[in-house]
Amino acid sequence: MEKTINFTLRVWRQKDAHSKGYFEDHKMEGITGDTSFLEMLDILNERLVREHKEPIVFDHDCREGICGMCSLYVNGHPHGPEGGCTTCQLFMRKFENGSVITVEPWRSAGFPVIKDLMVDRTAYDKIMQAGGYVSVNTGAAQDANAILIPKKVADEAMDAASCIGCGACVAACKNGSAMLFVSAKVSQLALLPQGKVEAARRAKAMVAKMEELGFGNCTNTGACAAECPKCVSLSNIARLNREFIKAKLKD
Amino acid sequence: MSTILDSKIPEGPLAEKWTNYKAHQKLVNPANKRRLDIIVVGTGLAGASAAASLGEMGFKVLNFCIQDSPRRAHSIAAQGGINAAKNYQNDGDSVYRLFYDTIKGGDYRAREANVYRLAEVSNSIIDQCVAQGVPFAREYGGTLDNRSFGGAQVSRTFYAKGQTGQQLLLGAYSALSRQVNKGTVELYTRYEMMDLVIVDGRARGIIARNLVTGKLERFAAHAVVIGTGGYGNTYFLSTNAMSCNGSAAVQCYRRGAYFANPCYVQIHPTCIPVHGTFQSKLTLMSESLRNDGRIWVPKKLEDAKALQAGTKKANDIPDEDRDFYLERRYPAFGNLVPRDVASRAAKERCDKGYGVNSTGLAVFLDFKYAIARLGEDVVRQRYGNLFQMYEEITDENPYKTPMMIYPAIHYTMGGIWVDYELQTTIKGLFAIGECNFSDHGANRLGASALMQGLADGYFVLPYTIQNYLSDQITVPRFSKDLPEFAEAEKNVQARIDKLMSIQGDESVDSIHKRLGLIMWEFVGMGRTKEGLQTALEKIKAIRKEFWSKVYIPGDKVGMNTELEKALRVADFIDMGELMAYDALHREESCGGHFREEHQTEEGEAKRDDANFSYVACWKYTGEGNTPEMIKEDLNYQFVKVQTRNYKA
Repeated sequence: MEKTINFTLRVWRQKDAHSKGYFEDHKMEGITGDTSFLEMLDILNERLVREHKEPIVFDHDCREGICGMCSLYVNGHPHGPEGGCTTCQLFMRKFENGSVITVEPWRSAGFPVIKDLMVDRTAYDKIMQAGGYVSVNTGAAQDANAILIPKKVADEAMDAASCIGCGACVAACKNGSAMLFVSAKVSQLALLPQGKVEAARRAKAMVAKMEELGFGNCTNTGACAAECPKCVSLSNIARLNREFIKAKLKD
Repeated sequence: MSTILDSKIPEGPLAEKWTNYKAHQKLVNPANKRRLDIIVVGTGLAGASAAASLGEMGFKVLNFCIQDSPRRAHSIAAQGGINAAKNYQNDGDSVYRLFYDTIKGGDYRAREANVYRLAEVSNSIIDQCVAQGVPFAREYGGTLDNRSFGGAQVSRTFYAKGQTGQQLLLGAYSALSRQVNKGTVELYTRYEMMDLVIVDGRARGIIARNLVTGKLERFAAHAVVIGTGGYGNTYFLSTNAMSCNGSAAVQCYRRGAYFANPCYVQIHPTCIPVHGTFQSKLTLMSESLRNDGRIWVPKKLEDAKALQAGTKKANDIPDEDRDFYLERRYPAFGNLVPRDVASRAAKERCDKGYGVNSTGLAVFLDFKYAIARLGEDVVRQRYGNLFQMYEEITDENPYKTPMMIYPAIHYTMGGIWVDYELQTTIKGLFAIGECNFSDHGANRLGASALMQGLADGYFVLPYTIQNYLSDQITVPRFSKDLPEFAEAEKNVQARIDKLMSIQGDESVDSIHKRLGLIMWEFVGMGRTKEGLQTALEKIKAIRKEFWSKVYIPGDKVGMNTELEKALRVADFIDMGELMAYDALHREESCGGHFREEHQTEEGEAKRDDANFSYVACWKYTGEGNTPEMIKEDLNYQFVKVQTRNYKA
């Protein structure tokens, strides 16, 4: 039998966007190490429902670390202190017996709280809508192998494209900047010949939308990349800056 | 009264049907497209690609999803790849061969014309995705790379690391985002469809619940498209995401759409085994791992017992005492047999006591041999992220010790019945992607779900829906005050009020888990007449319990996640019952449906083509009543129906 742990869960409760939030403590006992962090919250919620109390609301979906739906500040870190994984892939074996685990929602002006630990990330969709695409209609494509792309470039584009849009970079940033998110998409498409054509327009449009939506400026602290569950590289921000300056110079 | 189902298959030779259809179908001119509204429910590969394409064409599209963003749809989790008949590898692939493999993989229970069309448009999908900037894996020369998958003898699978679904979905999502920006698509996130609205026999709108405010809202359109995925979560534990549900399909079924082949469920052979009672979902390990991993259990029962007790480890068992049972039973395809075959073979070994973990419900997937052959670096390059995921979950290093895997519910081949145009039995209601039943027969091949979702959304529905809409151009936009909308909203509200008023003492999840256990035991990998009859009784009891004992905290207004789950579980109960009815009636074994009474002496599935070569379409006859079954005969005109053989 795997060892179990006991701990105190200090969790943020907030009725809705307009209400004041507060911390609530729950004693958790006998949690096995192979329980995922979200399954641990399921266990607590099941208990709350049995006690006829409202369960804690949090965003989650695929529970495989790819959909980007789960969030949470765990002990002061987006997706927990472990690094390189999403909250759904965080397992209780990583926590100490007898500890206090603090859980909060993303805290950023760009992501207002909806309820408890759930926040509104539609700002990300809006940034994507401003230019995060190649303008090609269905049916207008040429043969896939007509465009040769060096393996290295394709791999680099793939690394940038592995962003899951969870918002951890914004949550980690003291300025609440969305630069890592924006730069990952701008980089992916600027690296590929298909996306080069409108690279300048894309960079300007996405950055303008980001600023309009109230995300902060990038001051190169690197917290975003350090906390990114998919390890999206800071070099994307450098590439975005280059693309952006190039675009501005052309104007 | 019997109804004759018209599948509207075009005349002519197989290879010319789709071309002929497109040449002769009716179209809608650009000025009229602006006057026509289309509701698309779902933003997965099928929904997002359809909404984007229809928007590009000039229709006014309303697109709904239950998550906070279209990019969360569960298509995102598909790992391995997408099939296409490009034959870039020069290994003998062709449209016909992809068609043939899919028909055969589906155990001769799919429609020839639909599957041929799927194979035909597969190449355009790859072109489209590359044009969007999907970063597929490439060779050093800059061309696209391929890998092989189960059920095929060619390498036709395109992939983007182990994140192909993610990259394809982000491609469709970016195309969708472009249309939102242009104003052709209106996006409604955190909205859940609650009912279909039918006016004068045609689908004209939906009732949806705003999940943040809890309010019911009405939406009207000239046509409704559902692309809401499968019903695998009926089993509670599956590889589906937590919010995957069958509710939109069940709502359409209750409104008169026929439900086809609900018992065809895919059980994926390579998932991480179940561990504890609080487990919320099962995690898939991509089928691509079977390219290089070898599946085995011990030859000797005492070794299996020692593994189960933990007194021996996998690496203690010498090669000569390992039973590579897939290679032994199916020499021609080996570890790459189709999913249904691989799953049953694992169950057979475990049932006989050869399982390798503490519960006896796991087999090994071993990379020792691939590492010896290719080196650890190559293996890491191919499967690095999957190995990492496995290690995060199980705390074991698959480079050093074999993975443990076991079959789990993964995909549902059954779904809303659609004709060749993807239209359901309700006029103006279309179903696309996993939500319909159309292309996979009784078993889906790996890397074909992504293909079908995108085929439907990019290249099929945008054509066929015009054939329907062409005579709707004079129909003005609808008022949402029509009595049909009011009636539908009232019904949904009554259902919510009833659920909230029960105030029992059981949580939604606890009832759902019990339903799942019944489904897994009696409507799972091996089914019997007696077991299915038991399942039907137990499901009825669960329904009664649910509607008298469920407890939902909180309010009707505002966000209430327990209420959301309860509404879905109520539908899972109905869905589970329908699956059991279908499985009980189908007295044969085919694809994912294995009736233990119908097997060969070697334990292979025994089909009964004389009596069951048809699509079973179920018609709703009222709450708690036995549904009526209507047959669509499958007339194979182009392929010789054979017993599947993966041995030689």
